[in-house]
Amino acid sequence: MLDSLVNLVWLVPLASFLAAALTWACGRWLGRMVWIPCLAASAFGALWSLLVLIRVASSAPAAVLVDVFSWLQVGELDVTVRLLVDPLSSLMLFMVTFVGSLIVLFSVWYMAEERGYARFFAEVALFLGAMSSLVLVANVLLLYVFWELVGLCSYLLIGFYFTRPSAAAAAKKAFVVNRVGDFGFAIGLLLLWTLTGTLHYDQLLGGDSPAINSLTPPWITLIGLLLFCGAVGKSAQFPLHVWLPDAMEGPTPVSALIHAATMVTAGVYMVARFFPLYQASALATGTVLAIGAFTAFLAAAIAVTQTDLKRILAYSTISQLAYMFMGLGTGQIVGAVAAIFHVFTHAFFKALLFLGSGSVMHATHGELNIWKMGGLRRFLPVTHWTFLCGALALAGIPLFSGFWSKDAILAAVWEAEHGGLLVRVALILGLVTAFLTAFYTARAYFLVFWGEPRDEEVAEQVRHYAEDGHPGEGQQHGPAEPLTMQVPLIALAAGAVLLGLILALGTGGLVPFLGHSFGYAEAGEHGHHPLLLVVLSSLLALAGFAAAYPMYATASELPARLAALFRPLYVASSQKFWIDEIWLYIAVRPMLAVAAACRVLDTLVVDGLVNLVASIPAVLARVFLRPMHSGALQFYAIGMLLGLAVIVILVVLRAS
Amino acid sequence: MSWVLLIATFLPLVAGAILAIAPLERSACRVAALLVTATTFVLVTILCFAFDPAQGAVPQFTVDMPWLPGVSSVRLALGLDGISLWLMPLTALLCIVAVLSSWVSIEEGARGFYSLILVLETGLLGVFAALDVVLFYIFFEFTLIPLFFIIGIWGGEERRRAAIKFFIYTLAGSVLTLIGLVYTVVAYYQQHGTWTFSIPELVTNTRIPVEHQMLVFLALFAGFAIKVPVFPFHTWLPLAHVEAPTAGSVLLAGVLLKLGTYGFVRFSLPLTPVAAQHAFPWIATLAVAGVVYGALCAMAQRDIKRLVAYSSISHMGFCVLGLFALNEQGIAGGILQMVNHGLATGAMFAIVGMLYDRYHTRMIEDYGGTASVLPKLIVLAMIIIFAGIGLPGLNGFVSEILILLGAFKTHKLSAALAATGIVLGAYYMLTLAQRVFFGERRTPEAEDLRWYEAAALVPVAAVCLWIGLYPNTFLKPMLPAIQQTLRTMHSEVSAEVSQTRSRAGRVLTVGDSVRSIGSVFEGDGSQVARTSTW
Repeated sequence: MLDSLVNLVWLVPLASFLAAALTWACGRWLGRMVWIPCLAASAFGALWSLLVLIRVASSAPAAVLVDVFSWLQVGELDVTVRLLVDPLSSLMLFMVTFVGSLIVLFSVWYMAEERGYARFFAEVALFLGAMSSLVLVANVLLLYVFWELVGLCSYLLIGFYFTRPSAAAAAKKAFVVNRVGDFGFAIGLLLLWTLTGTLHYDQLLGGDSPAINSLTPPWITLIGLLLFCGAVGKSAQFPLHVWLPDAMEGPTPVSALIHAATMVTAGVYMVARFFPLYQASALATGTVLAIGAFTAFLAAAIAVTQTDLKRILAYSTISQLAYMFMGLGTGQIVGAVAAIFHVFTHAFFKALLFLGSGSVMHATHGELNIWKMGGLRRFLPVTHWTFLCGALALAGIPLFSGFWSKDAILAAVWEAEHGGLLVRVALILGLVTAFLTAFYTARAYFLVFWGEPRDEEVAEQVRHYAEDGHPGEGQQHGPAEPLTMQVPLIALAAGAVLLGLILALGTGGLVPFLGHSFGYAEAGEHGHHPLLLVVLSSLLALAGFAAAYPMYATASELPARLAALFRPLYVASSQKFWIDEIWLYIAVRPMLAVAAACRVLDTLVVDGLVNLVASIPAVLARVFLRPMHSGALQFYAIGMLLGLAVIVILVVLRAS
Repeated sequence: MSWVLLIATFLPLVAGAILAIAPLERSACRVAALLVTATTFVLVTILCFAFDPAQGAVPQFTVDMPWLPGVSSVRLALGLDGISLWLMPLTALLCIVAVLSSWVSIEEGARGFYSLILVLETGLLGVFAALDVVLFYIFFEFTLIPLFFIIGIWGGEERRRAAIKFFIYTLAGSVLTLIGLVYTVVAYYQQHGTWTFSIPELVTNTRIPVEHQMLVFLALFAGFAIKVPVFPFHTWLPLAHVEAPTAGSVLLAGVLLKLGTYGFVRFSLPLTPVAAQHAFPWIATLAVAGVVYGALCAMAQRDIKRLVAYSSISHMGFCVLGLFALNEQGIAGGILQMVNHGLATGAMFAIVGMLYDRYHTRMIEDYGGTASVLPKLIVLAMIIIFAGIGLPGLNGFVSEILILLGAFKTHKLSAALAATGIVLGAYYMLTLAQRVFFGERRTPEAEDLRWYEAAALVPVAAVCLWIGLYPNTFLKPMLPAIQQTLRTMHSEVSAEVSQTRSRAGRVLTVGDSVRSIGSVFEGDGSQVARTSTW
């Protein structure tokens, strides 16, 4: 009974895929009830994966492989759909389906007014199916398949409001930037297959002699770096992070589900999955650490000056994902476990913050500029309290869940201090980022919910909304904060407050559990939390939060004065360090210029040569055979046949 | 079952001939053409179901009878093996698409138009079904004639120039191919003392002396490469596509280009394996150049049809790269890519035609936000676009990843460079989608998907999905034929090697063949260097 739970785990993605197909096919017939298949499938998935998680956690450390069917078989290339259920994948699966079903529930309310209600749920169900498959499959090629499929869902959902040019552009940007990263992933995959002859995790990582052990160090490093390219794209790390802020063009539940809680963590999952490979190469882990530390700081530094609520959260997602890569970049099992711990807690509090900002957006009729808001806590009490929980967790305020997981990562970096200069710089950047994170989170929170409304029009919208649950003119639409949106917010808030505490202390931490993921070596010493570090990071977080209070909770001249004082820094941050522009000028424009040159080259040179060659017979004919040059086609045909006959006769004679 | 193949192949020709002289109205003509192409498709589908995948290496449903009076060795020989099998339903399906996409756009001379389409169908099916080299070449050249008239009569403003350029260019190449084929037949006669024109017999039992192989290879290559078209022999293609009516573009891109790659697998690889190996660095260079260059040219186009035409050059570059990787994954990917490119690009041209029927422009800048006017058509268009840019779950991914795996095994750098085509492809196709389908609406109201448009596109999209979701169905019958080809190649290569290295006296066993042929180029692609290590 219990084992069939694990053996039938493929029902989880299958249910979502079926829900997607059903929603797409019967969307019109289901009418406003079109959310039912998607919610049912995700709730089923959450329940099933919770049982699987409990089963995996309670049994002896074991990984179960489940073969489903043979998908592709050409010669020695064997791609069997094989699923791997181990601590890492079962935790990820539970996170995806549980947070997913809460977000779907929220969307039932949030998207109710939208055209394309059915399209939304069909695409979300497809995403949930692809994402659960991504964490379950035990084959690198299939990982790539679902990796691209979640990218497709991301493309479709960013472009949900496809009549908006900015949404259409953002969708394309997300897909193409991800493809750039996936180019590296694909080459890594090809290399892995060519060198080891297999793409199955169990043959690559498991058994007595894992195939990766047969690789020489330079190849291991190269493969690790190439696979990491894919992770950099999907998890929006520098320099490929530019798509994620633009992805906020999608509906807010999509930002919560895909661009905060689940899909963007696929890169972290991938590096954690191939952690034994990364551990074998100091250069690969060092790169992961360096990219992580730099991105964490960069994104936080940008978030500090942004004015768009969702973009602030997007930069904070980039920054938090970068923390996870820092954990992985330590090359220690404790670091990897801390990274996954942070994936898990982040999914809750970041989804919560996004859903909260969705509620704010409904109230302000789509306004996202935090400088036009203010005093919203009076109108949206549930949104306010739950948002606060999420903000405290993101800021890393002690005892909230973000504190525990972020601290575990910093502790792992601290412990790896013998790694030299890189590790020391990474630790400092991590601590500075902790301060900045608390500061920008508090800034957004205070500007939105505290003080007085700053914009008359928005204030009017909000008042209206609070009264009859509908922005602006229009009929009665029930309460502003109905139960269908309260339940997900409160459930996620509970996670944001308690999850870290429970997981960090309740069962002796996650190391004994996640440390036994497939292919992982013995963890050895479990992570300590050095007291000095704990105190330091707590103080930084509290200081960041406190520093924002006088600046943003009440009307103050301080922000403007500080901006004027550090004007170059302020401009650089608010212009996102011009990274988009740099990409435009070093990659996009040159590529288009080369393309334009090719176009001209093709008509003038390549085709010109062809025309030149083609004109030779005509010129010759004009000179020597003018009478025969009556019509081009007949002449050529006859000439060719005659010439052919001569050649054939010559060949036959010579051969015999 | 042999009769089904015979009927399926010649039914369109007979029907086309009758249609040409029957006094029918335009609407009756198109219905008749639809019925004939649909019947042909059903017959071909029956063959696909009846095909025994385990025996994919041996031609099935064979027909063999004399047809030239007095020349008994030239036969009307038809049959399908794993290599040609899927190209038959591809052709039959795209002919239906061609008929349906002309439903309203062809107003003048419909009778002649549809009879030419039907005649062309027989030509195309005949190339793939022919087991006799004379028959093959007749069909191969014959396809040019109906297409010449389709472009030259029903084409755009520069139709005459386009038709003549297309005709002369491809004819010039295939004359050289003919020389190569004649040489092969003569060589067989000298070795065995009998005349045969049977393709299976020729390709397995003709030993072309190593010193002649490169010449024969180049002769065959000339005609096939222009058809594909391999960069830089491609310039007839954009012109022909832009000027051709929609049906012409569908069949030109969908099927006609595959005659070239089919010729590579059918003749070049087994007849001249040593030359094929020696030529790999050159072919790979041209293929990769085609992938990248075609993509870049596509990116700079303003005419949607030209864009799709250049994307064909890019995708066919992949196909050639896979075939010449000379291993199971590469060749299987290459053959599947023929089918996939035919489906995706054929449907893409049909979609461009549907947009043109409504708005009478092919310029990207004239469009915008069509998704809000034509939601159903655009959903189908997006499926086809994603099939084209290799999204997993759809067909293009399977063939591209097989090609990359196969090519990477043979030569890492060329596969890696070709993979950039995937990034570029996503960029220009999604830019096209962004500008034409999404954004603010700039086109007037128009009727969404009509029944004949749905009938053209939905089956293609369904097959794209099938191949993407369960490729084994399509790969299983292919693999025995590919292994057979590789065995043939290897036995010749090892014969050559044992000749040149007779003092060592080491001959590889057939069991190693599949792997060793692939490993010939591992590293820097220099065959000479590797041969000495055997």
